[in-house]
Amino acid sequence: MNNPAAGLKEASVDHDQGPILEAVHLCKLFPLSSLNLSGKKRAVHAVEDASLALKPGHATALVGESGSGKTTVARILAGLYRPTSGTIHFRGEPAKLTDKSYLRTYRRHVQLVLQDPFSSLNPVHDVRYHLARPLRIFGHAQNKTQETEQILSLLNRVNLSPAEQFIQKFPHQLSGGQRQRVAIARALAVQPEVLLADEPVSMLDVSIRLDILNLLLRLKDEERLALLFITHDIASARYFAEDTLVMYAGQMVEGGPSDEVIQHPKHPYTQLLISAAPDPELLGPDSEKGVTQLTTRGEIPSLINPPTGCRFHPRCPHAMPICSQRFPDRTELGGGRWTHCFLFGDDESTSQKSDNSVKGVSMQTAQSETKLEK
Amino acid sequence: MVTNVSANTRSDTLLKVTNLNVDYLASSGTVHAVTDVSFTLRRGEILGLAGESGSGKSTLAYAITCLLRPPAMISGGEIIYYPRPSQDGKDNLRVTITRLTKNGKSKHVKDGNVRSIEETQSINLLQLTPAQLRDLRWDDLAIVFQSAMNALNPVMTVGAQIIDVLRTHRPHMGADSRKQRAIELFQLVGIAPDRLRSYPHELSGGMRQRAIIAIALALSPEILIMDEPTTALDVVVQREILTEIIRLREKLGFSVIFITHDLSLLLELADHVAIMYAGRIVEKASRRDLYLHPRHPYSYGLLNSFPSLHGPRRKMAGIPGSPPDLRAVPPGCAFHPRCPLVIDVCHEVLPPLESVRGEDPGQLVACHLYNPTFNATPPSTTDLAGKYEALAEESGAQ
Amino acid sequence: MQTQEVPHSTSVVPIMHLSGDSLYVRLLSLLQAIWRAMTMNRKVATGCAIVGFFIVVGLFGPFFMPYNPNATSHLFITPPSSAHWLGTTVVGEDIFSQLIYGTRTSVFWGLATGLIVTILSVLVGLVGGYFGGTTDDSLTLVTNVSLVLPALPLAIVLAAYFPRGPLTISMVIVITSWAWQARVLRSQTLSLRSREFVTAARVGGERAWRIIFFEIFPNEISLVVAGFVSTTIFIVLAWAALEFLGLGDGTIPSWGGMLYWAQQAGALGGGLWWWFIPPGLCIATLGAGLALINFGIDEIADPRLRPERPVKTGKKKEGLPYRPPARSQARQ
Repeated sequence: MNNPAAGLKEASVDHDQGPILEAVHLCKLFPLSSLNLSGKKRAVHAVEDASLALKPGHATALVGESGSGKTTVARILAGLYRPTSGTIHFRGEPAKLTDKSYLRTYRRHVQLVLQDPFSSLNPVHDVRYHLARPLRIFGHAQNKTQETEQILSLLNRVNLSPAEQFIQKFPHQLSGGQRQRVAIARALAVQPEVLLADEPVSMLDVSIRLDILNLLLRLKDEERLALLFITHDIASARYFAEDTLVMYAGQMVEGGPSDEVIQHPKHPYTQLLISAAPDPELLGPDSEKGVTQLTTRGEIPSLINPPTGCRFHPRCPHAMPICSQRFPDRTELGGGRWTHCFLFGDDESTSQKSDNSVKGVSMQTAQSETKLEK
Repeated sequence: MVTNVSANTRSDTLLKVTNLNVDYLASSGTVHAVTDVSFTLRRGEILGLAGESGSGKSTLAYAITCLLRPPAMISGGEIIYYPRPSQDGKDNLRVTITRLTKNGKSKHVKDGNVRSIEETQSINLLQLTPAQLRDLRWDDLAIVFQSAMNALNPVMTVGAQIIDVLRTHRPHMGADSRKQRAIELFQLVGIAPDRLRSYPHELSGGMRQRAIIAIALALSPEILIMDEPTTALDVVVQREILTEIIRLREKLGFSVIFITHDLSLLLELADHVAIMYAGRIVEKASRRDLYLHPRHPYSYGLLNSFPSLHGPRRKMAGIPGSPPDLRAVPPGCAFHPRCPLVIDVCHEVLPPLESVRGEDPGQLVACHLYNPTFNATPPSTTDLAGKYEALAEESGAQ
Repeated sequence: MQTQEVPHSTSVVPIMHLSGDSLYVRLLSLLQAIWRAMTMNRKVATGCAIVGFFIVVGLFGPFFMPYNPNATSHLFITPPSSAHWLGTTVVGEDIFSQLIYGTRTSVFWGLATGLIVTILSVLVGLVGGYFGGTTDDSLTLVTNVSLVLPALPLAIVLAAYFPRGPLTISMVIVITSWAWQARVLRSQTLSLRSREFVTAARVGGERAWRIIFFEIFPNEISLVVAGFVSTTIFIVLAWAALEFLGLGDGTIPSWGGMLYWAQQAGALGGGLWWWFIPPGLCIATLGAGLALINFGIDEIADPRLRPERPVKTGKKKEGLPYRPPARSQARQ
C-alpha cells in the first residue's frame, strides 16, 4: 500500500517532518431522502477514496471543477462533515472527530477560510467581535486589553492598516478583499497549524487576488503553516502551491509537484484541464483564436449515479474496458508524482501502457507547438 | 480603429457609441456608473470589454440594449445603429424602418424621424420608443446574461421558450416552421433536438448556456451582447462555449460585445479589447497590440494578475489597493492611488483617451505618461514591467 | 485540553476603549437607530404615533379619570354630556373613565401576551431550525398540533376550568397563537443556518447556543419584531373577542369587556352608540397603528418594497431624444 506521505516527502526539499494532517481513503456519501423505484436508497457519492497529506510550511493545492468533491474534502478535514469511511490523522494519531471535546481541541489546530467574503462574516457584528471570539474561546486573551492588543496585531499582520480604523467597521463597510483579510485574520487568531483555504480568492476582483495569495504565502512562511489551497484555477495552483492534486467527480486522479503536474500532465483529465485553461502566454501575434480544440466533450457526471470504475472513462479518449470495471489503484511515477490511471500501471494493461503513454507524450508535444515565443 | 465615420466606412460600422453617460440617482447623490464611453463595433467583430467590479461594464451592456430602469438613466450620449444596407433578402434598411414605424403604436412618429433615418442610414437607439425598442431587440440586438438559470423560465420547456420568441417577433411564421427553426437552432449550438422538450433544471450548466445562446440567435441578430456568459461555468465547458461562439460567428456573421473580468479569455477571443476602470475606458487596442505592448499601467497590471501556466515561475503582485467605490471616485485619473508610475498631474487632471504619438493610431490610451507636456519619455512595456516587478519584490519583503 | 470560556466584560461603568463601544455608547446608538427607523418611514412613524398615544394613555390616563370606572350612579344610560363625556352605562358607570382604564388593561395585557408569545416562538423556532434532526422533528410536531387546535373552542373549554380573568385569557391566547410565528422563524433559521458565517462560527469553535442567539438571532430581529407586532394585533382583537364572549373578569374594565356589557344591555338594538362605538373604535385604531408599523418594517427591511419614486426627468414624448436634466456642475 503506497504511503501517500512518502510521495510528498520526496517532493519537499527542506522539511524532514512527517505530515501534520493526513487524510487516508476518505469516502463521503450524502444520502438523499427520496427512494427510487427499486427501493434502494439514493445518495450523492461526493468523495471516493481521497487521500492527501499536509506538511508544515508547505502548500498543497487541490484542483478540480465544480462537483469534483474538493470542497467536501476540505469540510471533512475541518470537522464539519463526518466521513462515511476513511480516517484522518493529526500528528500521526487518528483524529476522533466525533468526540465533541476532541473536536474542540482539533479546531485549535486546524482552521478553515471560506470562499465567499460577502457571507462568511456576520453582517450584524463588527470586526472586533469577529476577531475577539476565537481569542476568547481558545483562551488566547483573558481580558479586554489583551484582546484589543491581539486584534490590532492580527489586523496588522493581514495588512489592514491602520488597524484602529478597521476594528470598529462592519462587514458592509469593507471591500471584498478587506473582508477576506478579516476572515484570514479570524482563522489566524486561533493560532492554528493547518489552514484550509476553500477557494479563498475566487470571488474577489482579479487585480487583488495575487495580493491575498501572497499574503497567505507570507503567513505560511512566517508561521510554518500547512496550507491546503482549493481552487478550480490551475494556474493559480501552480503559482501558489508546491504540490498539486487533481480531483475529478469525487476521485483523485493525479498528484505531485505543481510544475511537473502542469507541464507534463499524465492523466487524461489533467491534460484536458490544462488544454482548456486560458493562457495568454500561449498567444503570439499570429496565433488564431480558439485554436486549442478540446479532445473531449461532455460534462461532469451526476454524482448520484456516477459512472462505475474510473469516473472519467465516459469522456476519456484512451478508455479501456477495464476502466469501467474498477477504479485504478495509485501508481507511483517517481519524483513524488502519482496517478490513478490504468494507462500507467496496474499490470493489467502493460502492453497498452507503452502505446498510450506515447500518445500522451505526443499530445503534450502538440501543445508545446502551439506555444509561440514572445 | 477609425474614429470618424465617413461614407465608405459606414457599411463597415455596425454600432457607434459616442460619449455615453449612465448615472444612478441615489438618495445620497448621483453615481456616475459610465462616463464618456465611446467605441465602434464593426460587422463581424468581437469586441471585448474587460473590467473589474465598479468598472461599469455591465451597466454599459444594459445601457446599449436600453434595459436600464430607474434609478439608472442614460444622461447623455448617442448609440447609433447602422442596419445592414445591402440587399440580402433578410433585413435591409427599408424593411427595418417599415418594421419600426408600422407595428402598432407608430402613429405618433413624425415623418422627420423616418427621413432622418433614411438620410443617415442609421438609427439612434436612444430616440426610439419602447415599442420600437421591443421590435429592435432580439431581431437586431440580442443579449446573453451571466446566469442561464436566471434567464430561462423554469416552468417552460426550452423548446417552448424558443418558439415563444419566434411567435412574438415573427407573427407570420407557422407553427411548423417555428418548430423547424427551433430544431435548427439547437443543432446549431450543438444540443440534440430531443432536448427541446426538457425543462431548464434538467439540463446541465453548459447546455443551459447553449440554450440561451440558441434563443439569442433565434432571429439572426446583428449584434450579440454577452455579459459574463461563461463565468459560472467550468473551464472545460467554458472552452467549448467559446469555440461555439467563434464558429457561429464565422457562420452567421454577427458581431459580439463580450463583457468579462477575465482578460486572459479576451486575449484569446476578441478582435479588439477595451479596458474599463471606474466607468471610463482607459485603453482600447487590438488583441495583438494589447498583448504585446499594453500601455496603460492598469492594463499591464491586469494582464499581470493572471499567473501563467507555462511561463517561468516568478513572484507576481497584481495591483495594490482595490477598485474604487463609484460613490467616491478619486479626482483626476481614477487609477492614480494604485498606479506605480503616478506623477503629480495624475492627481488633478483627467487624461483623455487618445492614441500615443508616433505609434500605431489603433491603440488608444488614457494616461498622462504618454502626453509629452507632462512626461518627457513615455514608458515602454519593459518600464511598466520593471515597476510592477519592484512592487512584487516590496510586497515579498514585507 | 478544556478551556474555560471567559465571558465578555459587561461592566456598566463606561470604559473608553479605542472603539468606544462601552455599554452606554452602544445603547445610545441603538436608541438613535430606533428613532431613525421610527421616523424614516411614514407608515412606521404614523403607526408608532398611534401606538405611542395609546401607551401613554394607558400609563398615565387612569390618574386623570374623572370618575372611578366601577362607580355606579343613578344616571343610567345617559348620552354624552358635559358631566359624562361619553355617557353612562346601564348601571350608571362613566364610560369615558372605563375607556381610559380599559386602555391600560387592553394595551398592557395585549403587549405582555404578545411578548410571551414571541419569546416562546423564538425559542421553539430557532432551536428546532438550528439543530434539525429529532429535536426539530419533535418541536415541529408540537408546533403543528398547536396550529391545528381550534382556538376558540379550546379557549372556551379552558376558560370554563380556570378562574375567569385576564390571566386565563392570556394563557389561552398564548397556547393557541405561538405556533404560527414559530414556524416562520424556523424556516428563516433553516435558511440562515446554511450561511457561511454560521459555518465559520462552527469552525471557530463557537458553541451551539451562542451561535443560535448571537449569530443567527440578530439577523432575524426584523422578522421577530414584525411577528411581535402582528401577533399583538391579533391578541388585542382576540382578547376583545374573548371578553365579549364573557370569558373575562367582568369587574376589570377593558375594551372587550365594555363591548360585552353593552351587548348584554342590548346597546346595539337600543341605539346606545356611545357605549359600543368608542371601545370598538379604539380596538380598530390600535390595530391599524400596529399594522402600519408592520408594513413600515417590511418596507425598511426589504428595499424592494419601498415606493419607487419616479426619476424626475422631462416627460419623454415619442420619438424625441432624451433630455438630460439641467446640469450645473461641469464635467472634468
